[in-house]
Amino acid sequence: MHELGITRNIVSIVTEKAQGEQVRRVTIEIGKLSAVLPEAIRFCFDIVSQGTVVEGAELEILEISGTAECRTCGSQFELEQLYGRCPCGSADITRLTGEELFIKQMVTA
Amino acid sequence: MCTTCGCSDTANPRVTNLKPGHTGETVHTRFDHSHPHDDHHHHDHDHRHEHGTTVPIEQPILAKNDRLAERNRGWFLGRNIVALNLVSSPGSGKTTLLERTIQDLKHDINISVIEGDQETLFDAERIRKTGCPVVQINTGAGCHLEADMLARGLETLQPPSNSLVLIENVGNLVCPALFDLGEHAKVVILSVTEGEDKPLKYPHMFKNASMMILNKIDLLPHLTFAVSKCLEFAHLVNPGLQVIQVSATTGEGLHNWYDWVTSQIKLSKQQGVR
Repeated sequence: MHELGITRNIVSIVTEKAQGEQVRRVTIEIGKLSAVLPEAIRFCFDIVSQGTVVEGAELEILEISGTAECRTCGSQFELEQLYGRCPCGSADITRLTGEELFIKQMVTA
Repeated sequence: MCTTCGCSDTANPRVTNLKPGHTGETVHTRFDHSHPHDDHHHHDHDHRHEHGTTVPIEQPILAKNDRLAERNRGWFLGRNIVALNLVSSPGSGKTTLLERTIQDLKHDINISVIEGDQETLFDAERIRKTGCPVVQINTGAGCHLEADMLARGLETLQPPSNSLVLIENVGNLVCPALFDLGEHAKVVILSVTEGEDKPLKYPHMFKNASMMILNKIDLLPHLTFAVSKCLEFAHLVNPGLQVIQVSATTGEGLHNWYDWVTSQIKLSKQQGVR
């Protein structure tokens, strides 16, 4: 249940940036290969934000699909899991997207 | 119970000193606020946000942990300490491997240990019996060690310069993968009693590790575990992963593990000189 710790980090960073202003919306990016469950983040967000300027804010989660580039043939393809093979058969790949854990922006009241 | 504030809060992380001369006193540490040099960024200029405005943040969620991990890394580098983060599922034989490693290497290398568990001092007690300085971190509600917990543990442990710190993370193949502690390398331990598909089931851990120890190989004759299949899966997730097969109980293959540890120490010395 690392989502609890991750959500604490989100609320902590946003609270610091808000400088006392009430926060209306928080937008984060979560990669589909990141081992972080968006639903668990939502669940924790409401609890962790209680008593802070983030309490009651809407949490917008942008889920980022996984993509990779093959180091053997150079082609780019989608990744459903953290590992995978290029259509050419090589497992020597560079993951391009899908591992994001990123706070994009907030809207203050 | 915490000897600092007397609270009996078991949900928060605690550090217990089991170094020689200490009786295992527990300190309740407020990890959220414990670091005097946290990156609190005070803006000199006054920029209050306008009502209803969108404020860009553009920051990794784990930025704070990553900063503290970098600080730990610098702390280790400055003292020429090699820190290895040992991760696995519960019951893979991490503590047995540690006990054996300490017994076999303690005359050549100065070793100390940070033990991470949700609860109990059992593992730290086992390490203490080897004569090795050890500090237990109990994570309470947490399922993994974070960089600030390690920093607190190190403050108590005070490992000497030119030494090896072995960090036994909480037994969990998911969460510890995400949290950099500032270690030199992650070592993932997988026992042959667990099933060869673990690297695919928990790919993050195997992707982030530099070394995989396949433990309990003395039991292979009694199992259907396919070593070649397991290694194929591990390398699918992490083509560069090094693998050593050992039995921490019989000692088989351990010399390869010791050679690797020694090579990491040599490597770190060279980096320090550079």
